Amino acid sequence: MSLKVRDLRVYYRTLAGDVKALDGADFELADGEITGLVGESGSGKSTLGKSLIKLDGRMRYVSGTVELDGAELPVRDSARMNDFRFREVSLIPQYAMSAMNPTRKVGRMIADLLESRGERFRALRPELVRRLELVGLGEQVLGRYPIELSGGMKQRTVMVLSTLLDPSLLIADEVTSALDVSNQRAVAETLAGFRDRGFVKSMIFVTHDVALVNQIADTITVMYAGRLAEKGPAKTVVNSPRHPYTRMLISALPEVGVSHGERRLSGIPGSPPALLDPPAGCRFRDRCPLAFDKCEQEPPFAEVEPDHSVACWKA
Amino acid sequence: MLKLDRVSKVYRVGSFGGEQLRAVGDVSFEVRPGQVVSLIGESGSGKSTIGKMVLRTSRITSGTISFDGADISRYRRTGELKEYYRRVQGVFQDPFSSYNPVFKADRVFEMIRTEYFAAVPAAEWRAKLDAALRTVRLDPAQVLGKYPHQLSGGQLQRLLIARALLLDIELLVADEIISMLDASTRIDVLNLLADLKERGLGILFITHDLSLGNYVSDQTVILRGGSVVERGATRRVFANPLHPYTRRLLSSVPQLHKTWAEVDAELRARDAGAERRCAYHERLPDGGPDPLAAVDEDHHVACFALDGAPCPDAARTPVG
Repeated sequence: MSLKVRDLRVYYRTLAGDVKALDGADFELADGEITGLVGESGSGKSTLGKSLIKLDGRMRYVSGTVELDGAELPVRDSARMNDFRFREVSLIPQYAMSAMNPTRKVGRMIADLLESRGERFRALRPELVRRLELVGLGEQVLGRYPIELSGGMKQRTVMVLSTLLDPSLLIADEVTSALDVSNQRAVAETLAGFRDRGFVKSMIFVTHDVALVNQIADTITVMYAGRLAEKGPAKTVVNSPRHPYTRMLISALPEVGVSHGERRLSGIPGSPPALLDPPAGCRFRDRCPLAFDKCEQEPPFAEVEPDHSVACWKA
Repeated sequence: MLKLDRVSKVYRVGSFGGEQLRAVGDVSFEVRPGQVVSLIGESGSGKSTIGKMVLRTSRITSGTISFDGADISRYRRTGELKEYYRRVQGVFQDPFSSYNPVFKADRVFEMIRTEYFAAVPAAEWRAKLDAALRTVRLDPAQVLGKYPHQLSGGQLQRLLIARALLLDIELLVADEIISMLDASTRIDVLNLLADLKERGLGILFITHDLSLGNYVSDQTVILRGGSVVERGATRRVFANPLHPYTRRLLSSVPQLHKTWAEVDAELRARDAGAERRCAYHERLPDGGPDPLAAVDEDHHVACFALDGAPCPDAARTPVG
């Protein structure tokens, strides 16, 4: 097991009280596993990704443990996390376009970053250039300013930089959302290639696009209102989902070749609960067509078949 | 109803506007009543610029846009333009920035009332408003009197569509209206567009997502770099994509039940044995004034050569 997360809870502090954005996540990632973490806005998927890297000022660690390659990952202690960030856990942010320092040439910026981590730029340069060439960029990007690169080039540069020290866990947070379809495909396939080449051991690919992540992920993890709803092999989750939310979500996706005249799809009525004071029990209850009395108790995130867990009493 | 005839838009860029940037070039298509036309393209394809020109928020450089036979760029006096906006309205991508957060969301309706329906008595207006809200499947009690932050993106977007419907519009320009919405509410807005179309509304549906375009539209226009590369009945364009760019787009769209590799293999299998020649120059070896050639009933395609490169299948290199 490369990553083991147990009962992780991270809340946002607000004047009105704690917003329970991540309220108990339990899951594991196998070596070499890419999981697609999908959910709607406000489901807590980005909070989960971020809490494995760095808790920002508004985030409050409440409980839970994270284990990476058998050793504890001190997610609650930002200072101790410094030894892990970039080396063991790394992030590709959503807006890679603005992740680079505009006043430095790309090479200089990378050198600064590496040296701040006690690495020698000179020693790593050949590997850096080799990997830039792998994603179709030449050595000359190192001599350019970020403004001289296109959005796609910046995205690829950041991808190479984030994985340069071969981290064990990579979190890709909505990296394809701002890109055109042809670039989306290139970025997703490049990331899968990084895993195949062993640049990263396992990956959490945070996205709202199930169809996209299904192209590269081994497993899909579905979040709803701060909790995990379902996790299983990608094919199983897409073709025979067990959680009613996953089922409704997948049947709401228009596919190429489907037109409303032939087959009318329907959305999920209602909206997710406010996480400031979430209702007890199953959080999907109000929107769920299968809800019954037992749903007033919180369903456990339990395995329904090997490697397939669902948080639903009816699964 | 709406007709674009060889419309171009050139921006002046660079210092002192010395350079020219062609955002839209030679685009022609039509939107008929009760028809959804999807305008599909990636960023920089000029799709939003076309929407803006139809809404008269951006001037055209050459060509004509006509609505029911009248050239819309000739509207000069405020009265004429106001009358145009009574019949043509737009809804845009980001519902959160379309509202002023300081005011309640239903202020958008009040503005319509003072502008167009000042003489309508309160009770009658209220009935009209309720009817418009019910059409977009919103409960008036739930959405009226609320601030934008109290409503979801899907609700805000539907309010804007309701606002457009108050005006008895005939054409709606929908520019990426669902790309900011969550998957579970997206489809409801798409179905709403399909219902409005049944009632005779013409919709110009601008998107970068082929599967969304395919779901709602009757006609598809594929844009690249400001020009139309392929155009026709949605069924034909999707079942038999001809232009290499259309095929590339289709092969990049992630599909739920097919991997990218499978889609690639399918496209290759369809071409097996056949040499892919430029369909445009097959029909018009010498080219012609129209950048598109008809390859089938209601299916038009541009020259396969892209980015100004000469087409190897052209009989003569075009002059200029």
